[in-house]
Amino acid sequence: MATAIAKLPDQQAAALSRAYASSVAAKRMKTLGAFAVLLVLIVISGQMADIRPWKLITNIGNFGSFIGRTLPTLTFGNFFADLANWYWNFGAWFRLLVETILIAYLGTFLGGILAFCLCFFASANLVRNKTTRFVARRFLEFCRTVPDIVFALIFVIAFGLGPMAGVLALTIHTVGALGKLFAEVVENIDMKPVEGLQATGASWLQVVRFGVLPQVSSGFASYALLRFEINVRGAGVMGFVGAGGIGQEFLIAIRNFYYTDVSAILLMIITTVILIDLGTEQVRHRLIGMERMR
Amino acid sequence: MNTAVPAISPGKRAIRETALADLDGLKQRHPAAFAKSAARRILMIGLPLAMVLLALAAMVWLDFSLVRIWNGLHRLGQFAVLMIPPAPEGRFMAFSIALGETLAIAFLGTLTAAILAFPVAFLAAKNVIPNIFVHFGARRTFDVFRSVDTLIWALMWINVVGLGPFAGALAIACADFGAFGKLFSEAIEATDGKATEGIAASGGSKAHQVRFGLVPQVLPVIASQVLYFFESNVRSATIIGIVGAGGVGAYLTELIRVLELKQVAFLILMILVTVAVIDFISSKLRMAVIGKSKMV
Repeated sequence: MATAIAKLPDQQAAALSRAYASSVAAKRMKTLGAFAVLLVLIVISGQMADIRPWKLITNIGNFGSFIGRTLPTLTFGNFFADLANWYWNFGAWFRLLVETILIAYLGTFLGGILAFCLCFFASANLVRNKTTRFVARRFLEFCRTVPDIVFALIFVIAFGLGPMAGVLALTIHTVGALGKLFAEVVENIDMKPVEGLQATGASWLQVVRFGVLPQVSSGFASYALLRFEINVRGAGVMGFVGAGGIGQEFLIAIRNFYYTDVSAILLMIITTVILIDLGTEQVRHRLIGMERMR
Repeated sequence: MNTAVPAISPGKRAIRETALADLDGLKQRHPAAFAKSAARRILMIGLPLAMVLLALAAMVWLDFSLVRIWNGLHRLGQFAVLMIPPAPEGRFMAFSIALGETLAIAFLGTLTAAILAFPVAFLAAKNVIPNIFVHFGARRTFDVFRSVDTLIWALMWINVVGLGPFAGALAIACADFGAFGKLFSEAIEATDGKATEGIAASGGSKAHQVRFGLVPQVLPVIASQVLYFFESNVRSATIIGIVGAGGVGAYLTELIRVLELKQVAFLILMILVTVAVIDFISSKLRMAVIGKSKMV
């Protein structure tokens, strides 16, 4: 079916197209302005960060050859012996990997408990006292703004080298990060059950236990799992400052040019992280599904 | 049902007291509300118990000792005293330059990652490239990039371009390339297909569909994610100097190692202020970007 498109009178069409052109031009100018600002920022920060693209171009071959040298020689004829040769220190590395995961777990666990206790004081709908809320929020902010590895540096001196410093550093960072997210979850709850409980004369603790907790538990669990994922990555590099885990071994390998060790350890880290990602993603999808059903 | 409901006496907490007095009656009248399913109960008790046991086992494995914690806390207290008052001790300019370098690393790293990840994210989106091998491959590539920590990337780039902030910027670019790829492709998949269909129906090519159907929808989301990552990268860039990849981290490491704690405290305060300022600016920008398009 053919339909004719009605044409506007010339004058009207010209006016409309002029308006269109001017509004497009204004938008273009705005975009160009934004790009100009961006360009200036790029040039300034390029200067500050000492960016040398030609150096990258001339040395990019190094990256290729670096990766090339880390690759082990694996032959079909002698595959298992080659594999064993590549992973010559598998036992020790595996132990360190388990240690890394445990550091992440313990950091998440302890941090999660503390964040759980603190988050109720930081949420506006449960605590009317502004000072309490302000103090709780600033404390959480401090905990998450100072990077975990800086805490690790200080704790290594205070508590001695070893995984304990790493756990405590991750704990503090986790308190800050999870506390904020938990508080946001608490602020988004339905207040009706809370008001219902308050009307029956329940104490503050009872309100939190029976009115708030059932609404937030799946959200909390989901965020805690997400944090665990992040902490596994964080625990992997704690060893760089001597705070336990596989990082120390990796640092030694890369600084001393033990090329095949670098690839072996890196592959173990990547596999672990991806497996944990996939696992927690599954659990989190279920938790979110549970929440939808309620 | 034949139990008489007692009359509620007036007064403070009346409902509560009446209910408590009549608890048995209530249980009898509303058995469903008091019933507890066995499976749920096992989950409620078993899961926390398992978690606590695992945590205790982890503490044993990781050599936790109360003596060390006690001594450590004692020493931390001493550190806290030594940190007061925070003072730059004549190195304010050096710290400021290092902080500027940190910001530059974060900015360039985030921007590079975003520019690189933008085209590749379309390959990883199911609704743009229906080929399963292409988007599976692209996704796993992102995963590998993402699972290597920024500090590890920095160590590798130092081998290529030498010590300095350039290696740091490249490290942040690589780590974020993976994260952005994942987030961007998810944003592209969450778009409304109607706009694309409309363009296809009026005779637009595949490129037109992406340019006029998808990009306007995802651009605000992407811009807000990039800003958010810039904030978080300012934090990562402060520590990247620990392995020698530029920024304020080198000072931080050295000063902590030699226990120049007044300077450490001052530097940390400077970082906190900088991060707060950046957060403020970027959250304003984010609001401006999202506000216009009402968040897809």
